Amino acid sequence: MSRLSSELKQVFWVIAAFGALGAVTPFFDDYTQTIITRALVFAIMAMSLDILMGYTGLRSMGHGVYFAFGAYSTAILVTKVKGVGLLTLFGAGLGLSFLVAAFLGFLAIRAVGVYFLMITLSFSMVVWGLAYRWHTVTGGDNGIAGILPPPLFGISLQNPVAFFYFTLGVFLICLGLLYLLVKSPFGKTLVGIREGEARMKMLGYNTWLHKYLAFVISGTFAGISGVLWAMLNRFIAPTDVELVTSVEALLMVALGGPATLVGPAIGAAIVMFLRYWVSTFIERWYLILGATYIITILYAREGILGKVEGLLAWRKAGREAGAAIPRVQKQPEEIRT
Amino acid sequence: MAVFNLKNFIELSFNSLSYAALLFLLASGLSIIFGVMRIVNLAHAAFFLLGGYMALTVYRVIGTAFWTLPVAMVVGGGVVALLSMFIERYFLRRLGQDTVAQVLVTVGFAFILFDSNIIIWTGDNYMLHRPWPLDDSTVIGGISFPRYRAFMILAAVLVWAILYFAIERTRAGAIVRATVDDPQMARGIGINTNIVQMSIYGLGVFLSAMGGVVGGSFLGVSPGIDFQVLPYAFAVVIIGGLGSLTGAVVGSIVVGFMDNFGTALFPELSYFALFAPMAIILAVKPTGLFGRG
Repeated sequence: MSRLSSELKQVFWVIAAFGALGAVTPFFDDYTQTIITRALVFAIMAMSLDILMGYTGLRSMGHGVYFAFGAYSTAILVTKVKGVGLLTLFGAGLGLSFLVAAFLGFLAIRAVGVYFLMITLSFSMVVWGLAYRWHTVTGGDNGIAGILPPPLFGISLQNPVAFFYFTLGVFLICLGLLYLLVKSPFGKTLVGIREGEARMKMLGYNTWLHKYLAFVISGTFAGISGVLWAMLNRFIAPTDVELVTSVEALLMVALGGPATLVGPAIGAAIVMFLRYWVSTFIERWYLILGATYIITILYAREGILGKVEGLLAWRKAGREAGAAIPRVQKQPEEIRT
Repeated sequence: MAVFNLKNFIELSFNSLSYAALLFLLASGLSIIFGVMRIVNLAHAAFFLLGGYMALTVYRVIGTAFWTLPVAMVVGGGVVALLSMFIERYFLRRLGQDTVAQVLVTVGFAFILFDSNIIIWTGDNYMLHRPWPLDDSTVIGGISFPRYRAFMILAAVLVWAILYFAIERTRAGAIVRATVDDPQMARGIGINTNIVQMSIYGLGVFLSAMGGVVGGSFLGVSPGIDFQVLPYAFAVVIIGGLGSLTGAVVGSIVVGFMDNFGTALFPELSYFALFAPMAIILAVKPTGLFGRG
């Protein structure tokens, strides 16, 4: 099978899966619908982090920053400005996270390895500190409530099913754009930098600029998830943007499989179901979440998609080996000689 | 904004200094662990809180006389350190230098400890006992100085002196310094760097848990304290410099004063004023003020 057709097949399966999700979700109860929508929102966040972490190899602990700017800009606009439209909200959220990422990128890209992790961690803490203490703007510990989503072309998004379809639409647009990005020469260059930055430099690539652009694109997309999150929950508080949010995004990518785009989305779904579904059955569900972190790292370093791919490759190898056996049986004379 | 006079200023400075002392107990271990192992130990504050809970149990068993405070510090610190060495041996060591794996595993343990604490000690808020004579204040020139805060300063100075002597003047310290400077060469001359790393992890956590015992009579012991103090620990370590003992002293004092004065002068932006310099310092000098590359 040629590479192109196998890729088309993958795209087909992904579209079919999300089509199925779109078809069945209205039949679930309200709570499950909300969890699915939350999973889609965090899937955008996890995919955007995957551009940085999976494809470029820059491990960031500051992805909650852009999420925070998206969410708080939406919260403030909706509650302070009357009749604000969706376009303005996304424009403001995206523009703000773009600007913040463009600024922080200058500070962070120079750092490598664990120091990149530390500086992005400090960004997380700066933004959390602002959300927590800057009462006049962020409402401090109380957060901001009453973030009602404005209508889309006259259709009210305050209905959970409508908001789910809207989120699914935004998610698919993001997935499509990020897919084009990683398949583009730019995306290939990012992978090249991850695998051997010195080599890419030797070949004449401006690796700083590529990493910087990946940082900014990744941050901007994370802003989208913040905008959606604020409207979905109609409430935003510092606990939504603390360090744990950034760490959870890391877990989603690691759990689903870095550099697979769809993997982190699956990781996001698993973490969200743990957080909101399992927690309704088990009171001490932090034990389960903690164990998920540890088991993921110890037994599924390549992520769930990595595991599945490994399994498929193993099966394929088995099938090829199996195909070889009858050929041997058909030519018994050759074996005897 | 508060009107400042000399009395206010002295009180605030004393409070800042004692808070800095507690931060040093919390963060010096984090810095040492990072220096030797390059691990971003996000479970550090969870061990701090666990130390506080251990002290709670110790006080319930042997009572709250004056001599039980040092006993709780040693027992609490020791038990938590043993637990952490087990975690290092069977989990962290397997991860090698994969920073994201370390972050996720230590966060995983922080979550597990968070819920285990609630199962064992319930989710109630406790304020640990301050034994006589630390339960009162001394009044000098009309300004009252809580003795427990003075005790925290004393404890931090003692810990710093012992650490400094151990690292700079003993054979064990020389082995640790050799492992920091060049792990490969250290292994080459017959140092078992695995044991050094496990011991350092245990030592760093011991300091943190001991800080938790001391802090339990000051911040209290309740779920969530761990995630509250974690940003402070990182602020100290990053401002001072990753892996430097002198840096941890300077970082604690800077953060202790900035937090107390910032909260008094401009409460809304105090966290920003605390964490923003941290990001700037890292951007300019990734290893922090006193850190080595």
